Amino acid sequence: MAKELWKGNEAIAEAAIRAGCDCFFGYPITPQSEVPEYMSVHLPAAGGVFVQSESEIAAVNMVYGAAGSGMRAMTSSSSPGISLKQEGITYLAASELPCVIVNCMRGGPGLGTIQPGQGDYFQATRGGGNGDYRTLVLAPFDIQETVDFVQEAFDIADQYRNPVMVVCDGLIGQMMEPIEWRPIPKRDLPPKDWAASGRRGRARHNVINSLYLDPESCEELNQRLTVKYAEMEEKETRWSAVNCEDAELIITAYGTPARIALSAIEELRAGGLKAGLFRPITLWPFPEAPLHELAGSGQVKVILDVEMSSTGQMLDDVRLAVEGQKPIRYLGHAGGVMPTVEEMADAAWTAWKEVQQHGGHL
Amino acid sequence: MAVIYEKSKGLTDAELHYCPGCHHGIIHKLVAESLVELGLLDEAVGVCPVGCSVFAYNYFSCDMLEAAHGRAPAVATGVKRTHPNQAVFTYQGDGDLASIGAAEIVHAAMRGEKFTTIFVNNAIYGMTGGQMAPTTLIGQKATTCQSGRTVEQAGMPIRVAEMLATLDGCVYAERVCVTDIANLNKAKRAVKKAFTKQMNREGFTFVEVLSTCPTNWGMTPVKAVQWLKENMIPYYPLGVVKDVEITEKAEVR
Repeated sequence: MAKELWKGNEAIAEAAIRAGCDCFFGYPITPQSEVPEYMSVHLPAAGGVFVQSESEIAAVNMVYGAAGSGMRAMTSSSSPGISLKQEGITYLAASELPCVIVNCMRGGPGLGTIQPGQGDYFQATRGGGNGDYRTLVLAPFDIQETVDFVQEAFDIADQYRNPVMVVCDGLIGQMMEPIEWRPIPKRDLPPKDWAASGRRGRARHNVINSLYLDPESCEELNQRLTVKYAEMEEKETRWSAVNCEDAELIITAYGTPARIALSAIEELRAGGLKAGLFRPITLWPFPEAPLHELAGSGQVKVILDVEMSSTGQMLDDVRLAVEGQKPIRYLGHAGGVMPTVEEMADAAWTAWKEVQQHGGHL
Repeated sequence: MAVIYEKSKGLTDAELHYCPGCHHGIIHKLVAESLVELGLLDEAVGVCPVGCSVFAYNYFSCDMLEAAHGRAPAVATGVKRTHPNQAVFTYQGDGDLASIGAAEIVHAAMRGEKFTTIFVNNAIYGMTGGQMAPTTLIGQKATTCQSGRTVEQAGMPIRVAEMLATLDGCVYAERVCVTDIANLNKAKRAVKKAFTKQMNREGFTFVEVLSTCPTNWGMTPVKAVQWLKENMIPYYPLGVVKDVEITEKAEVR
């Protein structure tokens, strides 16, 4: 198939339309505004519904209404706007409504910056809303993966009746790359016989709800969700390992920093340090077991986690997966500043020398 | 044996949880009967609020969605835009609609969303135990204004029907009450008119129903009806606030 040149945000919108997105509800915010702009033109032309909402809060609740009545629904935003959607996301998860939410992440906290960031890892993987719930989180690192994942996200959401987030940083949203429109894997999707869209002859009325005043009923909901999340962990966890077979130093990174890390490990190997990249593709479920196993292998001496976050957020999951088997070092940038290849290589060498000096002690 | 009265098919057999003397049960019945009489029950999708009527999804026999606090108009927008042939309504109280959900109701009305909102105004937060609402009257006591609401502290109460009527997207707004048979009949006519105009795709339609809350007002049901008539109706006058066939269009030239 021929390659086409697409801008990230427009490609996200086009991918959703190709995946059969019925409706999009959004609000302008940099650096994702091209998504609603593209949707406003092309989704109605494809027979779908576009509404520019009064707020992010309204947008996610429009998604709740549309998804609850059986539609393939989507919203997108960037970090501060995603914060506003958190109430809606916990209701969507609790009511088991499938939908797709795209976060084109920018630097924070607060109003932050409009440049790329990765400070929303906790929000995406821990849940910014109340209660125990999970959203499946896909983290592409180029525009090809972005369009593939956005299309797959609708199927994953429908299969599990769960919100799916696609998180890409502002760089992916704003840059242009050649992509192919390739078919996504087919999934066996259940019918939406639970949708509240008018009885139209159905014997019983359908109710979309997350209120369970009786504690036993509420725990039952939580138990049902827990079983579902365990199935998602078992079947949907994704990661990529590059040059890890003989690696003595592993860089862990996702999104744009992982892309930069590909160049860094090449440079490190050219300089004599066997480096590899371990890239989580689903941030939740986090690829805990494969990273644990990799960290446990004899040749790995040290792990360097790199994120566009000042404090390190995925770092927590890396630590939980590594379980103290090997030392972990951190390189973080925030506020829209991206790590360079040289910085990563320098940080890798520093980490390497430290563990050499201390004999690999933590 | 002739059946002279039976419960509306628009309601389920679930037992209502409302307090004695509360008007929610009557208002539920009016909405249910209206849907049945208009032949819309099988087409209807309701959105219920957070507040005393949070369990409305157990009582109405049409498909229902439970919304987050105040967000019912956004949820209804998502349903109606993707299902333009269904009869969609929100059922909301004054805390839900006039306070935390003020933005959602104003913008749904502005966009002229083709659904109907039943707004139950009892001038107090019922479910949480009698706190001050945006519609609480000046001098009225509530647990968060125990000496009575003052203008200095909380401003004047909001008249939602009049506010929404200023928006071109709102084609019908009427305020009613259900304190006696005459008013009950007027209320039902208003609800049916709102749904009829919705199905004619005219625009956003709104019925505000003044209601009692004997429990949190600290009155008997009979006294509460009297209090509503003497205190609420003078500030929230009954009647049609707006009824237009075609909205005026403001276009950029």
